[in-house]
Amino acid sequence: MSALLQVEGLSVRFPTTRGDVAALEDFSFEMREGETVALVGESGSGKSTAALALSRLIPESTGRVISGRVMFEGRDLLALPVHDLREVRGRRIGMIFQDPMMALNPVFTIGWQLAEPLRQHFGLSQRAARDRAVELLGQVAIPAPEQRIDQYPHNLSGGMRQRVMIAMALACRPSLLIADEPTTALDVTVQAQVLSLIKTLKDELGTAVLLITHDLAVVWEIAQRVIVMYAGRKVEEGTAADVFDDPQHPYARELLRAAAFASGGDGRLPEIPGTVPSPFDMPPGCRFAPRCASAREICRAVLPPLKSSAPGHAAACVLVGSAVP
Amino acid sequence: MTEPILAARGLRKSFSIGSGWFAAPDQLHALNDVSFDLYPGETLAVVGESGCGKSTLARCLAGLTDLTAGSFAVAGADGRAFIRDDALRFHRAMQIVFQDPYASLNPRRTVRRSIADALRLHRMCKREEERARVTDLLLQVGLSADYLDRYPHELSGGQRQRVCIARALAVEPKILVCDEPVSALDVSIQAQIINLLKDIQRRRGIAYVFISHNLALVRQISDRIAVMYLGEIVEIGAAAAMQRTFLHPYSRALFAATPVIGSRQEDRMRVPLTGDVPSPLHPPSGCHFRTRCPFATARCSEEKPALREVSGRLVRCHFAEAMSAG
Repeated sequence: MSALLQVEGLSVRFPTTRGDVAALEDFSFEMREGETVALVGESGSGKSTAALALSRLIPESTGRVISGRVMFEGRDLLALPVHDLREVRGRRIGMIFQDPMMALNPVFTIGWQLAEPLRQHFGLSQRAARDRAVELLGQVAIPAPEQRIDQYPHNLSGGMRQRVMIAMALACRPSLLIADEPTTALDVTVQAQVLSLIKTLKDELGTAVLLITHDLAVVWEIAQRVIVMYAGRKVEEGTAADVFDDPQHPYARELLRAAAFASGGDGRLPEIPGTVPSPFDMPPGCRFAPRCASAREICRAVLPPLKSSAPGHAAACVLVGSAVP
Repeated sequence: MTEPILAARGLRKSFSIGSGWFAAPDQLHALNDVSFDLYPGETLAVVGESGCGKSTLARCLAGLTDLTAGSFAVAGADGRAFIRDDALRFHRAMQIVFQDPYASLNPRRTVRRSIADALRLHRMCKREEERARVTDLLLQVGLSADYLDRYPHELSGGQRQRVCIARALAVEPKILVCDEPVSALDVSIQAQIINLLKDIQRRRGIAYVFISHNLALVRQISDRIAVMYLGEIVEIGAAAAMQRTFLHPYSRALFAATPVIGSRQEDRMRVPLTGDVPSPLHPPSGCHFRTRCPFATARCSEEKPALREVSGRLVRCHFAEAMSAG
């Protein structure tokens, strides 16, 4: 299969009064058609910045993409004229965000909002677009779509709003769906429904999904490949099986232990000491070194490059491949 | 058996919603007949989804909202009368830590000032001892004296939550209500705060009411678990027993829906839950859960199940015995 998306050396900075914040540094990855890739990390890891930057959604007033290339279906999104970019966003790339209430327009009916991209991108008539919108609502398992279509976002529950967002994002059958924390604001029983909906639709439509989340359990549930981010950099990448069963980077290993909430015999939960470094005060070497139990002299001095431990599995740690864990 | 430090009986809290000029306001029953005991040094977890009443319960217990009906006793004294007659003494017995530490710290006050205010208000120590006491409290929550003169915006989320915990500990409470204390924090930091709370509990014997939506977490850290749905406790029992199985279909579904690394959703939920939580303004007749319950029968819509003892725990389901048998 060919690469659908190729991101190379993407770096994003946010100028502030205290100096520039490097939110994302030298970030590269690839996605194939129909693949589900998860960008996982804690706050400040750069995962959301990456998603916004590659669809060119970072407002120029707040942040700057200082380098990088985003090849999507053979075109560099970062160099594309705005008019062509609109053609790509919405039609070829669908997006869903954490808070559907913020993403939906409160003064238009959901039917109108669902029909708009269909009229815009496919030139459907009012009538045809509405019929298609009803069909889409049915597809995301909203009961009584004929009635729901004339309702406003505030009439719907959180779970239903997220379903509407998914329907909108998939309306034009995009080849890539970017889902930024799609279930974080939802209750777990509703989260389970939305996750299985994303899985089903992905299989039916063959859409590639870029999932951005902090929740490793959600990643385990639906991702084929995983990219672990820390403090603005990619620290590990591999298939879900590789990363979950045999994590190479100490951060990935510790994060997995913490996320399992499994207490040891003493009733204490495994924790990672310390905190994520401040973006104004990044350590010179490996960014995880100050919290890392296996850190050595070199880790504090030199930024470790990505090293491959097995085909398709790499981590940015000097210890990769060495016998001592 | 020791005496409970907190005994809640038939707690009810209703809010009046949206009264028109002529229409009578709707009643939202946020808490409905909630009863439980909490013993010294114990952690009781209260879990449920949004709108189940768990935060209302926290606020009522902490004396931040008055109850509509029911009573609770704190160390044998009637809680509601206690708040009325001697609010300060009540708050010395019962403290609360909230989800968002940034919202619960005054942004214009240093860490030292925030904690010292609690000491002063409750006359916990002489002025000259204050500095030493604040430093000691910070140490207890794992922060060095370097943090004394910092402002909340200079701290990370986890550090802020530590300050909130130190402030709550300043008055030496017997009960600490923790309302989603780690939900706003990163996973790696959550464990730090949980371990801190457990250490403090071991040292001081404080009882915790631990409000959370994360069933995977509370199974690890609590002695007993109460599961709430639409204002009611549907199941309450020892956490150890709940490691194996739940007897209420809702607790079971809630646990199955919680994503876990290493087990597929389809395997955990053989009968997936459909629909959303109904509006608490118009809860379903009979059993509140029946509209989403895969096992519901006609009886469930007619007869409201009582909270009754089945296999050593309390369950609000007509068919708990059948669930217990598998």
